[in-house]
Amino acid sequence: MKWFVSPRELRRRGVVGMNQRNAGLISELNPRSRYPLVDDKLRTKQLALEAGIAVPELYGVIETNHDIRHLPRIVARSDDFVIKPAHGAGGNGILVITGRMRDSFRKSSGRMVDLEGVGHHVSNVLSGMHSLGGQPDTAMVEYRVKFDPLFEKVSFQGVPDIRTVVYKGYPIMAMVRLPTRDSDGKANLHQGAVGVGVNMATGRTGQGVWHNRIVDLHPDTGAPIKNLQIPDWDTLLELAARCFELTGLGYLGVDVVLDRERGPLMLELNARPGLAVQLANGAGLGERVRVIDALQRERHPPQSRATLAQERFSQAIQPAA
Amino acid sequence: MKRFHLPLLIVALVATSLTIFYHKAFNLGFPLTPAQTTNNWIVEARVGFEPNGGAVTARVFIPYEPKGLAILDENFISRGYGLTTSLSGENREAVWTTRQPSGRQVLYYRTTVYQLERDRREPPYPGPVSPPELEEPYASAAEEVVTRVRARSADITSFATVLVRDMNQIPDENISLFVSSSDSDRTKVRTAIDLLAGARIPARMAHGIPLTERGRDLQPQTWLEVHNTREWVPINIHDGSVGYPENFMVWWYGDVDPVRLNRARNPQISFAVTQNYMDAVGVAQQRAEILDSRLMDFSLFNLPVQTQNMYRVLLLVPLGAMIIVLLRNIVGVQTFGTFMPVLIALSFRETELLGGIILFTLIVSLGLAIRFYLDRLKLLLVPRLASVVIVVIMLMLTLSILSHNLGIEYGLSVALFPMVILAMTIERMSILWEEHGPSDAIRQGIGSLAVAAAAYLLMINPYIDHLFFVFPEMLLIALAVTLLLGRYTGYRLSELVRFRAFKGASSS
Repeated sequence: MKWFVSPRELRRRGVVGMNQRNAGLISELNPRSRYPLVDDKLRTKQLALEAGIAVPELYGVIETNHDIRHLPRIVARSDDFVIKPAHGAGGNGILVITGRMRDSFRKSSGRMVDLEGVGHHVSNVLSGMHSLGGQPDTAMVEYRVKFDPLFEKVSFQGVPDIRTVVYKGYPIMAMVRLPTRDSDGKANLHQGAVGVGVNMATGRTGQGVWHNRIVDLHPDTGAPIKNLQIPDWDTLLELAARCFELTGLGYLGVDVVLDRERGPLMLELNARPGLAVQLANGAGLGERVRVIDALQRERHPPQSRATLAQERFSQAIQPAA
Repeated sequence: MKRFHLPLLIVALVATSLTIFYHKAFNLGFPLTPAQTTNNWIVEARVGFEPNGGAVTARVFIPYEPKGLAILDENFISRGYGLTTSLSGENREAVWTTRQPSGRQVLYYRTTVYQLERDRREPPYPGPVSPPELEEPYASAAEEVVTRVRARSADITSFATVLVRDMNQIPDENISLFVSSSDSDRTKVRTAIDLLAGARIPARMAHGIPLTERGRDLQPQTWLEVHNTREWVPINIHDGSVGYPENFMVWWYGDVDPVRLNRARNPQISFAVTQNYMDAVGVAQQRAEILDSRLMDFSLFNLPVQTQNMYRVLLLVPLGAMIIVLLRNIVGVQTFGTFMPVLIALSFRETELLGGIILFTLIVSLGLAIRFYLDRLKLLLVPRLASVVIVVIMLMLTLSILSHNLGIEYGLSVALFPMVILAMTIERMSILWEEHGPSDAIRQGIGSLAVAAAAYLLMINPYIDHLFFVFPEMLLIALAVTLLLGRYTGYRLSELVRFRAFKGASSS
């Protein structure tokens, strides 16, 4: 394989570049005034709850360093929980506690941390260390998703999630993001997670991409990542489509986790979804954006939008037009 | 209309910038390259006379747009005289008047002139002159002279040259009717003009002085000028050679005395010349002042020197910013923050590139190590940042003292790095390190340094430095380019590598 691809080839396949994403998608479709809705995960969660969209349960909120003393009370109900900054960027600053032994907590990596360590993490979060622009932040303590066994063999620690790109309310592309040893349990591709393309019609996974290379096996577990069937795929797409009404953002990334008991839960929304999803699917977003733009501009309910997307984008890898 | 808004704006910016630039560079003569000097001369005319009693008027020719030269500055030194200047024909004259002079009077006129790169537009061809009406035997002799000279010449200029040569050698009796070897230059020129008129060639007398390095008590030289239908061509009246010597200043034209007096006698005029080198910028400024150019009200040169020096640096920041836009949006280099590389580049100006990179890398890596240690103390964000700043200062101090003791003066310039920038870099890099892994952090660090180095190399270029300082309107071009880049929605070069998987995927 050559080490680069010609811009003509990229254009032919409808690949959207960073500049085009910023100028054509984000600045045109995402009004700045709506950003706080998605940048503040607490507000997103409240909005989602009002709209009846399933989200992980919120155990508690810590807003000041003084409130850290409430931490033991907040986490008393559950042995496992997740602490994340309300304004976190790129999956930074998320602490996943999978279990408890007396006063010690087990991190997802298996390492132990004491209450003071958790408190320090919270105070870092409050100081804005993990937040966009470094402004003081709020820490959220919430339900730790027990992810679906489907992805057990193809994840290395952490929570695999499904990123769906929703364009003008239509889910146009999706990928499963599998954490690896490299990504330290995080599901962000640029941190080393594997992105796996998903067939929009069936919810079956296709090829994966890891560090910008095509892979068929999970780099850590060695399990195949192809042809996994995502359960509740239709529900998931509809949930993603409904997030458009929630935010009014025309170019939106919806991150959904599959919980063993509760099904698809909306984890967070992203007003600036990245472009790696194109690599995972081997298809350009531009192609699909054009299909949606060509549709008659009538208001469809989320469910029919999801169905329509399923009809139009059946192939994980689009044949070149 | 909306579609054309940005292109129109860009065109307007570039056009404005280029117009001002053109005016300043070519009409006002601002130098395009740094450290340019122009030749200029201070020429002084000293006019003396003795009044007869009663109100005196002295009319003195002063230069008016001398060929190949431009007047920068002029002074009239004359106590107790009223002064007016006016144009009369091809000449300009100063009219000094006073009511009750006594004793010998001396007036001075002093001007500073410099060489003009381009020539002014020549006045139009005055048309053929009518031949003078002469009596016999002069009429037929003149006819004979013209016929003979014409036979040996090709055009107007060579006609004049041959004629002047004949007048000096006196080969036959025809020409000896008109000239004798004892004639003054002025008489010779007068005769030549008459004979040229016989051939219907327009000619005139010119008086001027050679601009030497230093000269006193110079008397004006008389030259012949003929018009060859395109321009006036000077002819040396002694040997017929064409063209003025280098650095010759024509003072006045015509068969007239330079000083004409009313109720005074014994006019005398003499000239003194001093050559003088001046910064080209200064010359252009003075010239702009004389032309009363509004542009100069907005010149940076009017600011205090300290402020000027500050702007010398500041004016390059937009250029650096433009480079960052280019490298980030077109090439796709990842950097810490948006404009930190420009700030690093600015500090490179003081430390030089290699030393700067070494010092920067040294401090940042030492700082990183200490920052990781601080992390174990579990400090809050702001105190931690403050601690990093303190540690950075201590590191800089240590480096300076160490390198000074080792005799490496490089290390001293470390103090010129903005320490807050260093501290922020360390903080950002350590967060990146923790969350995205060392490879990302190091890649962005190298990216930042590379961008800073590129910006630095552009910013230290003396030509660019000079251009932006002397022609700040270049900022409009930088703005236009940046606006243009702002509309670039194509792929970044780095994306061609990032999306290379599409190359293989297309075949499957």
